[in-house]
Amino acid sequence: MVFSGRVEASEVRAARVSSEFIIARRRAQLLSAVNLWSSRTPPKLVAKDDRTRSERTCDVLVVGAGGAGLRAAIESHDAGADTLIVCKTLLGKAHTVMAEGGIAAALGNVDPEDSWKVHFSDTVVEGQNLSNWRMAEIFAKEAIDRVYELEEYGALFDRTPEGKVSQRAFGAHTYKRLCHIGDRTGLELIRTLEDQVVKRGVTVMDEVAITRILRSRESGNATGALGIDIRTGGLILFRFRALILATGGCGKVYQVTSNSYESTGDGLALAYRAGAKLMDMEMIQFHPTGMIYPIGVRGLLVTEAVRGEGGVLTNAMGERFMSKYDPKRMELSARDIVARAIYSEIVAGRGTQSGGVYLDISHRGAEYIRNKLPSMYDQFIEFAGVDITKQKMEVAPTVHYQMGGVRVDPESGETSTKGIFAAGEVACGLHGANRLGGNSLSDILVFGRRAGAAAAVFSASTVAESVDDAELEKEVDRVLAPLSDKPGTNPFWMKRQIAKNMWEHVGIVRNKADLDAGLAEVARLGEAAAEVRAPGERAYNQAWLDTLQVSDMLLVCEAIIRSALARTESRGAHTRSDYPRPDPKWLANIITVERDGKMKHELEPVPVPPPELDALINRE
Amino acid sequence: MATTPSPGPVRLRVRRGSGSDPSVFRYDSFEVPWEEGMVVLDAVHYVQAMVDPTLSARWNCKAARCGSCSAEINGRPKLMCKTRVDSIDGEITVEPMKAFPLLKDLVTDVGENWKVAAMIPAFSPKSPKAREWKFYQRDVERSREFRKCIECFLCQDVCHVIREHEAEYIGPRWVVKAASLDMHPMDSLNRSKFMKDAGGLGYCNITKCCQEICPEHIVITDDAIIPEKERVVDRRYDPAVWLYRNLPRDQRQLEVAIKKVLKLAFWAALLAPLVAVPILFLAKALLG
Ligand SMILES: Cc1cc2nc3c(=O)[nH]c(=O)nc-3n(C[C@H](O)[C@H](O)[C@H](O)COP(=O)(O)OP(=O)(O)OC[C@H]3O[C@@H](n4cnc5c(N)ncnc54)[C@H](O)[C@@H]3O)c2cc1C
Ligand code: SF4
Ligand code: SF4
Ligand code: FES
Repeated sequence: MVFSGRVEASEVRAARVSSEFIIARRRAQLLSAVNLWSSRTPPKLVAKDDRTRSERTCDVLVVGAGGAGLRAAIESHDAGADTLIVCKTLLGKAHTVMAEGGIAAALGNVDPEDSWKVHFSDTVVEGQNLSNWRMAEIFAKEAIDRVYELEEYGALFDRTPEGKVSQRAFGAHTYKRLCHIGDRTGLELIRTLEDQVVKRGVTVMDEVAITRILRSRESGNATGALGIDIRTGGLILFRFRALILATGGCGKVYQVTSNSYESTGDGLALAYRAGAKLMDMEMIQFHPTGMIYPIGVRGLLVTEAVRGEGGVLTNAMGERFMSKYDPKRMELSARDIVARAIYSEIVAGRGTQSGGVYLDISHRGAEYIRNKLPSMYDQFIEFAGVDITKQKMEVAPTVHYQMGGVRVDPESGETSTKGIFAAGEVACGLHGANRLGGNSLSDILVFGRRAGAAAAVFSASTVAESVDDAELEKEVDRVLAPLSDKPGTNPFWMKRQIAKNMWEHVGIVRNKADLDAGLAEVARLGEAAAEVRAPGERAYNQAWLDTLQVSDMLLVCEAIIRSALARTESRGAHTRSDYPRPDPKWLANIITVERDGKMKHELEPVPVPPPELDALINRE
Repeated sequence: MATTPSPGPVRLRVRRGSGSDPSVFRYDSFEVPWEEGMVVLDAVHYVQAMVDPTLSARWNCKAARCGSCSAEINGRPKLMCKTRVDSIDGEITVEPMKAFPLLKDLVTDVGENWKVAAMIPAFSPKSPKAREWKFYQRDVERSREFRKCIECFLCQDVCHVIREHEAEYIGPRWVVKAASLDMHPMDSLNRSKFMKDAGGLGYCNITKCCQEICPEHIVITDDAIIPEKERVVDRRYDPAVWLYRNLPRDQRQLEVAIKKVLKLAFWAALLAPLVAVPILFLAKALLG
C-alpha cells in the first residue's frame, strides 16, 4: 500500500463517527505495533528500472507544506476545489517551523500610531525601490486580518498587559510590530495550520518529492507533475488543473546558512523548466547573526529578537561598532546594513579569534532572557555550552532568505506559465532588495491565501487536459538514470562542493572576478554531475533524491550568478565592490527565463506606484 | 573559544535494514573523524558523504526544531541532531525507533500519528471574532508549555503502554496536544469524554518515562497527563473544578458576574421580609 499512514479524507470523517469504532481500530493498530521493528504493511521493493507510476488526480495540487502551502490549501479546499498537498519532508517539519522572531502586522496594539500605511512604507523603503508596490499594498493591508485569523485557528500569541496580542520591535520597522509566540512563532504557525488541514480532511502526501511539472502539448498549460514517493521509491504521476508552488527558499546552495535540508530551491528549477520567469535572483539575504561555533552548527540562526530585546553588538576591541554604520538605529538597522557592518569589522581585523563579533544580551537579566528567548538560551547551552544570561555570543552573517524567485501576478500569484501559481519564499516581488524581519511569515499567509483562492477559481474554469507523454517519458528516463551501483561521484559530497563554491564566490560582497570564477566552477561541477550515482535500493534512498537535486541546485546557482553579474550596482542585499553605489538606471527587475534551451536575462522596469500611494512612502 | 584536544575518532555503529524484510538486519561500524561540538547526526552525514551513501536517516533542520531525526542512541530515544558525541563514552550505537514500523536503516513510518491527530476534537473558540478577544499572559502560560512540542514522537516510542501491551491509548504526545487545546483560554470544548473513551487515558500508569526523555523538556506526565486524568474523573461533580472553569477571566466577564450578584442581592433583600415574617410568627406561636 503506497499511501499507508497518511490522513485520508474518508478516514478522518469515519474516525469521527463513533468512539467504539475508534477503539476497535486503535486496538488493531496498537496490536500490530507490538511487533517491534517490523512493518505493518511491508513496502515492496521497487526494481531499479521500474517505470510504472501510480496516478493521483485532483483539482489543485499544492507543492509544499510550509506556511504558504498549508494556507493556500485551506483556501482552495474551502473554495470547493479537490485539493491535494504534497511535501518532500514530513508534514509539520517544513522549514517554517524554524521561524523565531515573529510575524509583522500593523495591529497597533503596542504603538497605536502604527497603521498599514507605515508598514507599507517601511517595506518599500527597505526594499530599496525594487518591491512591487501593489504586492506591498495588499500585504500591509491584509497581514492584519491574517494574524487575527491565525488566532481564530488556535494560535496563542503573547499578550500585552491589556490582554491584546503583544508586539515587539524588529530591525527597520518604524513601530513595534512583530506579533510573537515566545521565540517559537513559526512552530506555532505550522501546528495551527496543520490542525486546520487535518480538521478539514485535506489529503496530505508527505515525503513525496516533485521532480518536474508537465505541460499539455496543446495549450502549454501545466497539467501534471511527476513525483517520487520517498518511502517506497515508487513514481507517482499527478494530474491537476492548477498547481501552487510553495516550495520555500534555496539557502542550502550556500555552505553557511540558517536554512533546513529541504531548502534547495526545487521550486525555482521546477518553474523555470516549465517555462516560467524567475526574477531578482541575485537578491540573497545574509542574516547578520548566525552562530559560528561549533563548526557543526555554523550558520544556525541567532534570532533578530535578541537585538529586538536589547542585544548589543561589539567587536573584539569592545567597541559598539554599529554607531559607525547607522548611529540612529544602531543594532536595529536593516539586515543588509548590519550584515555588511559585521562583515566589514571582521575583514578589517576587528573580529574575534574564530571570525565573528560579539552579541550580548546578558544585561537584561537571567529571568527576562529565559522568558523571552527560551529557544536561544537552550540553543547556546546545548550546542555551544554558552550561557547567554552570563556570557556573550559569537556571531557572523549567514545566508538566510531569498528575496528573488518566481515572478508572479501581485493579485493572484499566477506565474507566467498558465496553471502554475506561486506563493511564499519561492515567489518574488514583495521584498525587493531586502526583506524586513517578520515580513515573511505574514507574506506566506497573505499570498498563500490569495494563491489558493485564485487556483481554485482557475481550476473551476478550465477543462482537464492530458500531459505531454513524450515529456513524461523523458522525465522518467532522467529520474531513473542515476540509480546505479556502478562507481561514481557521491551526491552528498557533490552538494558540499556546490555550496562551497557559492559561499566563496557569490558571498556578501561580490565583484566581477569572483562571480566569473563562481560561474566557471558551476559549469565544471555541471559536467562532473553527470558522474553522480545513487547506489542501493529505491526506498528512502536519499542519495538518489540528492542526485536529482544537484541539477536543480546548479540551475539555481547559475541564475543567481548571472543576475549578480548583470546588476552592475550595489542595492540592498546585493553589494558589488566594483560598483559600490546604487545606480538610478538600475530601477529594474532582472528576469531569468529559458529561451531555446539557454538561460537568458531581460530587464523589466519596476512598476511606479500611483501618486496616492507614493505619497505614503517616507523616503526621509 | 577554547579548543579541547581531539579524543580520537568517533566509533559509530548503525543498525541497517530494509522495511521490505524487517527480519534481515545487520550492524555496520564506522570510524568518523572527531570535530569539536560534533553531534551524532554530523557523524551520520560524514558516513553518507565519505563512506556509504546508501545509509538512510531522516532529518531537516539540524537544530532540534523540527523533530525529524528521532532515533535510539545507545538504547535511549533521542534526537540525533541534539546529541553531542562527547556526551557518550565509547562506541555510539544508533538504531531506529522501535515503536514504529521500519522503512529503512534509521527511518521509521510515523504516519499513524496523523490518524490519531484527526481524532482529537479541534480547537473551537468561545467567540468567533479574535479582534475582540481579551486574555492575559498568565492565561497563555498554562498552555504554552505544551505548544513547545516538536512532534518528534520519542515519547510515543518510549511509552511502554504503546510498546508492549495491547491497549487503546493515544499516547503521551496526543495527551499533550489535548492539554494544549484544553488549556487555551478561548477554547469552548470539553474533551474529557474523548480522553476517557477513545483516548484511553486510563491506560497510562504514570511511569513518567515519556517525561524523562522529551527533548523539549515538556513535563508531560506531571503537567499534562495528571491534570487531564483529574479532569476526566471529577469534572462533573467537583465544585472546585466548576468554580475554576466559571471564574471570570476578563473585565467584561467580571462586569457580567458582578451584575448577576447585585441582581441576586436585590431580590434577596426584597424577598427576605416576606420569608422572615411568617417564620417569626411561627416561631412565636410554637415557643409561645
Ligand atoms: C531560522 C529562521 C528563522 C526565521 N524567522 C523568521 C521570523 O521570525 N519571521 C519571519 O517572518 N520569517 C522568518 N524566517 C523566514 C521564514 O521562516 C520563511 O521564509 C518561510 O517560513 C517560508 O515559508 P514557505 O511556506 O514559503 O516555505 P517552507 O516553509 O520552506 O516550506 C517549503 C515546503 O515545500 C516542500 N518542498 C520543497 N521542495 C519540494 C519538492 N521538490 N517536492 C515536494 N515538496 C517540496 C517542503 O517539503 C516544504 O514542505 C526565518 C527563517 C529561518 C531560516
Ligand atoms: S507516563 Fe504514561 S504516557 Fe508516559 S510513558 Fe508512562 S505510561 Fe506512557
Ligand atoms: S511531547 Fe516531547 S517527546 Fe513527545 S513528541 Fe512532543 S517534543 Fe517529542
Ligand atoms: S533534524 Fe530537526 S530535530 Fe533533528
